[in-house]
Order: sequence, then structure tokens, then C-alpha cells
Amino acid sequence: MPGLKRTPLFDRHLALGARMVPFAGYEMPVFYEGVIGEHKAVRTGSGVFDASHMGVLEIAGPGTHQGLQRLLSNDLDRIGAGEAQYELMTNEQGGIVDDLIVYRRDEESYLVIVNASNCETDVKWLTDRLPQSVDFRDVSDDRALIAVQGPGALKRLGLEPARSFTFAEIELFGVPCICARTGYTGEAGCELVCAADSAVKLWDAILAAGVAPCGLGARDTLRLEACLPLHGQDITPKTDPISAGLGWAVALGKEFTGIERLRQIAAEGPSKRLVPFVMDQPGIPRQGMSIVPYGEVTSGSHSPMLDIGIGMGYVEAKKSEPGSMLTIDVRGRPLWAVVVTKPVYTSSRKYTDKKGEW
Amino acid sequence: MAAAENYPADLKYHSEHDWARIEGAEAVFGITWKAQDMLGELVFFQPPAVGATVTKDGAYGEIESVKAVSDLVAPLSGKVIQVNDKLQSAPETINDDPYGEGWLVRIELADPAEADALLDVEAYKQLLVEE
Repeated sequence: MPGLKRTPLFDRHLALGARMVPFAGYEMPVFYEGVIGEHKAVRTGSGVFDASHMGVLEIAGPGTHQGLQRLLSNDLDRIGAGEAQYELMTNEQGGIVDDLIVYRRDEESYLVIVNASNCETDVKWLTDRLPQSVDFRDVSDDRALIAVQGPGALKRLGLEPARSFTFAEIELFGVPCICARTGYTGEAGCELVCAADSAVKLWDAILAAGVAPCGLGARDTLRLEACLPLHGQDITPKTDPISAGLGWAVALGKEFTGIERLRQIAAEGPSKRLVPFVMDQPGIPRQGMSIVPYGEVTSGSHSPMLDIGIGMGYVEAKKSEPGSMLTIDVRGRPLWAVVVTKPVYTSSRKYTDKKGEW
Repeated sequence: MAAAENYPADLKYHSEHDWARIEGAEAVFGITWKAQDMLGELVFFQPPAVGATVTKDGAYGEIESVKAVSDLVAPLSGKVIQVNDKLQSAPETINDDPYGEGWLVRIELADPAEADALLDVEAYKQLLVEE
């Protein structure tokens, strides 16, 4: 497709018969065999995703730690070398410029993985605000990111379980890589960052180990069942982390861009909240549909595991408690949905109590 | 298991990738192999009510895959006399057998002469090539 970038695994996707689509400036696989089968492979076994479109930044040198502390929402003093942390990067109004994960390699050395569609914005945002003493490298084009996810994922790779949000530099199938215990599916597994020119070798070995190739379609339905927000839909520069239910990733006690407004929202309580819901009637919610009268669906899909429509959206705070009934305008049909607790579905955590749950 | 690409010769085709099988004063509607392939695995069918009137070239229902929603376009005008209830619990039947078990609705034709404006299989295949 003209004007679109390709990841190092592009030829592998074609060889596997993937349906390719434009996504965030890249030509990416949306599925190989089918979204539902790939989704279920990750919930019940293991699946592998090419996430090489994501932005990979290396930030190091004197002033890196304090510089990032002043720009990101979470408290970086709480992690040491080999640990990772989820962050919101916020603007002066507390709106979310991007969500990202930082990997602390050393006192003054971080690897930062950002959304593909925001990478350019993030690079400018960060380089404009970090001190001159910092060595900032956008290495997105030189790295591949391969996510292996599912309850059976680590065993397939011959890896031992490790604490979530930790990482190590290892050699896997003869390929040096950073192996991070992070992901975007709600399942155990890892995300592997390797040199672009060794991506094919690593990918082939992972497939040979019996892991199913999965496309962006399953990546989206998996993250939605797990209630992980997608920047650009559920969180945007016009929404704040407190209203989005991401207050756990906001260190209200430290100083960073947007903190004054976020403290105010936290103190007053948000007027709207991002909630997960499941449909109580046949029908599939979609992004942009109205939650009558004052809300909006930000993500919606069919849930492959529950076989019903599920979604996330902003609702009035008084309607945000699990068990609250919502009315969603599905192309002119008002349909009932019920607010539930997070996650809607992962292999280890589903609805377990009675309050708005199964 | 998804069907292999095929377009039966006994059907009439609409350019929006819908088909009609005319049986005397009645017709059965469905979507073509191409339509189900473009949409992907179907997960929801919103049928019209039995007794509802459908108008040629107008939307008469919706089908949805995981990622996409599509209007169903009526190839012909008439009154709905039956909907395929099996699709409520098994919409993937449309992927498996788009011209057989995956039929959508049966209608009583308002004007059988409307069928003259539809495409025969060769014309429809030509359309697919051009698209």
C-alpha cells in the first residue's frame, strides 16, 4: 500500500496469508485465519503479535530520571533497574498526550515504548521538555517488538514466570532481546524487543514453538475484554486519567505537567467516568455511539469469549457503579447494557461476585 | 469452516454484494461470498420483522463482524414472510454456507419484473474484477 511503512516481519505476514490493513502509518496484519480463533488462542493457549509499529525510545544521561519524573504521571522513584511502570503523559489541562510504559535500565537510563500513532507527537513533546544533557534516541525503525501472550506463552518459549512489570536482557532462540513481563491482552506472557534485523529469526522460532500468529483484530478485542484503554479512543488529550479510572497510575503527591488540574479533579470527583459494560440485549456497541443521555461509547466490540457485545465509555459519575443500567443508542435502537467491574474477561479473572457481574 | 469462493449461476446479484434466489412469487435473500469475506467472521444478524416491507436497493437489516457493521441491501421489493432464525445463535453460518444454510430472509415479491435489473452471475463476477 502506497505511503505506508512496513515492519521487519512484513514478508512473514504475507506468507502466512494475513489480511493487511493500514494502521498508524504501517501496513499491519488484522488477522491471519480469523479474529475469533486468534483471540481464543491467546485466552486458552498462546499467541504472538507483531507490535513493531510501536515507538521505541532510548533516553539516557544526566537529568533523565528527574526530567521524566516531571513529565510522566507515575512515581519513577518507585521502580529500580529491571522494573517497568505504566505512565500517562499529560498536558497542562491534565489531558492525556499518550499512555506508555517506561523500562528503567539504570539510574539514568530508560527504554520507553509508546503508541505508534503518537510516536511523532511524543518525540517532540519529550525532546522539547527534557534537559539538554539527555541523550534521546528514537530507535523505532531499528527495533522489532514481538508480544507473546497467553496462559501457555512462557512455557512455549521455555521461560520461567517472573513478576509482572519486570524485564531482563536475555538471549531467546539465539536472539539477544529485552524480555519484558508486560502486555496488552490481560494474560501472562512477555514483550520482546530485539534488533530489527533479527526479528525474522525470533518470529520463526516462536511460531515453530507452537505459538499462534495473531493480528491487530484480536489484539483489540483482547485488550477490550481486559479493559485496557486505547489511546485515541478511551483516553485522549481531552480526557484525564482520573476520569478514565487510571488514578492508580497518577502520583498526586509529585510535581509533573498537569498535576494541579488532576489534583482538582481528584478532589472534586470527576463528573464523568470511563466504565466497562456488557450488553444486556443482543447488539454490538461501537465507538461513537451515544450512551443515553450524556455519555459516549469509546470502544465497543463483540466479545469472543462471552459471545455478547461489550464496550467501554464515559458515563455520568452517578451511573458508574457496577450494576448500573445504561441505555445505548445502537443505530436508532435503544438497548440495555450493564456496568461491570474490570476486567470483563481474562483467563484468570472474570466476573466473580454478584455486583454487576456474572 | 469458511466456504471456498463461489457464485452460483442460478442466483440474481445486486452490486452491493447481495443475492436473490427467485422461487415463483417469492425470493430468498442472502449475501455473497465476497461480502462475507470482506466482513470477516460474522457475529450478529439484526433481521427485519416478519411482515415488514422491504424496498429494492434499500437497507432491510444489518450484519456485523467483530470489527465491522454492514447494512443489508434488498435486491428486490416485497414483504418479509420468514427470517432465518438459526442465524440468531449461529451467525457464522453465513460464512460457512452463504448461499445455503446462511440465507437471511424470504420475501413475497411486490414486482417480479424488478429482477430484470439485477446482475446475472457473469455480470457480477465482472463487477468483482473491476472493483
